[in-house]
Amino acid sequence: MTKYEVEEDLPEAPIATTPSDVIHTSSWRTFRPVIDLKICTKCNVCWKFCPDDAVAFDGEGFPVIRLDYCKGCAICAEECKPKAITMVKEE
Amino acid sequence: MVELVISGNYAQSYAAKLARVQVASAYPITPQTSIVEKIAEFVASGELQAEFIKVESEHSALQACISAAALGARTYTATSSQGLLLMHELLHWAAGARTPVVMGVVNRAVAPPWSIWTDHTDTMAQRDTGWIQFYGESNQEVLDTTLMAFRLAESVEVRLPAMVTEDAFYLSHTVEPVDIPSQEQVDAFLPPREQSSTLQVGTGMRLGSFTGPDLYMEFRHKIARAMARARDVFLEVEDDYARMTGRNHGGLLPTYKADDADTVLVTMGTATTTARGVVDAMRADGHRVGLAKLRTFRPFPTQELRDLASQVDRIGVLDRSFTFGAAGAAFTEVAGALYTGPHRPLLRDFVAGLGGRDVTEVTVREAFLDLLTRDAPESQWVELKSRQEAP
Repeated sequence: MTKYEVEEDLPEAPIATTPSDVIHTSSWRTFRPVIDLKICTKCNVCWKFCPDDAVAFDGEGFPVIRLDYCKGCAICAEECKPKAITMVKEE
Repeated sequence: MVELVISGNYAQSYAAKLARVQVASAYPITPQTSIVEKIAEFVASGELQAEFIKVESEHSALQACISAAALGARTYTATSSQGLLLMHELLHWAAGARTPVVMGVVNRAVAPPWSIWTDHTDTMAQRDTGWIQFYGESNQEVLDTTLMAFRLAESVEVRLPAMVTEDAFYLSHTVEPVDIPSQEQVDAFLPPREQSSTLQVGTGMRLGSFTGPDLYMEFRHKIARAMARARDVFLEVEDDYARMTGRNHGGLLPTYKADDADTVLVTMGTATTTARGVVDAMRADGHRVGLAKLRTFRPFPTQELRDLASQVDRIGVLDRSFTFGAAGAAFTEVAGALYTGPHRPLLRDFVAGLGGRDVTEVTVREAFLDLLTRDAPESQWVELKSRQEAP
């Protein structure tokens, strides 16, 4: 990555040269969502409410949390109707 | 070159067509609408090869232009009043992303109460967005300045968006003879844009990046430097334009009979034309009065005003907007430029013509006579209807 120190180093317009998915926002997380697949009904509400596209699906249609991007906001746990998601403190 | 009898709004439309705008996007609002209606007609008839993007708001219209301009397209939009206010957030984005969007603004008073008539509050409220601002006095000046605005905004030394304003109805819906330069002339004056410095097709880049406190100031200072360079670049652009057409509208601060004047009134837009007549009449009565027209508000003609201040005793500012709790918007700028300069003539602020109230010769003469005879720190609201005595 280019090192910018003073005004003259900067490009004219403030543009980013990398896509935003290189930024792993997981470092912001204090609690991680853990899904109990025995309770999950595959309703996709967690995927729909996730503000960061951090919910993917496995081959059987169960949600999988993308832990590189999950910030631990717990919106999925709040919205999950059967209460299949528990927020667990990171060690 | 042909001469057409057209409105100020059509002067904007013809300028956009001659500039071979590639993307136009706008949302209708009185009294701007006929500008983009005419552009839509040019696109529909094939006279202008452009993408006309229909949108649901002014906010989206400007966003469409910013995105297209970021990729290198020549873009144009137009609006007025509430529409400009709705664009406000995106005005900052256009300048911050260094996209040279050109916009026509028909100056219209801001609600409430609703008004469709002219004053300058709408564009004065965009002072800090990083846009170049021109104020037009005639339909010819509107057409010429719009063409110059494209060259200035797109120049590599500047790369900032520019708005060209015209007073509602006095210009927007009044027809005047306007010389239209030929397409060949304009093509030579305004070649296609160089590649965008912002985004390039096929290269992974994105707008909306994040900058911490370590370098944000430096990005803003780049805009400050570009705006400062715009002063000289504009004078070069106008020289080029004058070589092509024989018309030079006088740079950032054109003056009228100011060379031997001891008292000068600073005006903006169409009130200037009225004030010229007053200057002539008052000179016949023996008063050494003159005018200075704020043709550009951004970049502000600081040096031109300081030069003027070195040779006059009194400067009045005729403001068509008011910054509540302070003074007329143009007055505060003139005062700021002169206080930090070497010459400080007596300064007065006259507020007139809000919400389309006619600025007549009587109005201007009243301001001039007050300027010649009184010193007062308060803003003077000329011809205000009130039972209280004016200060």
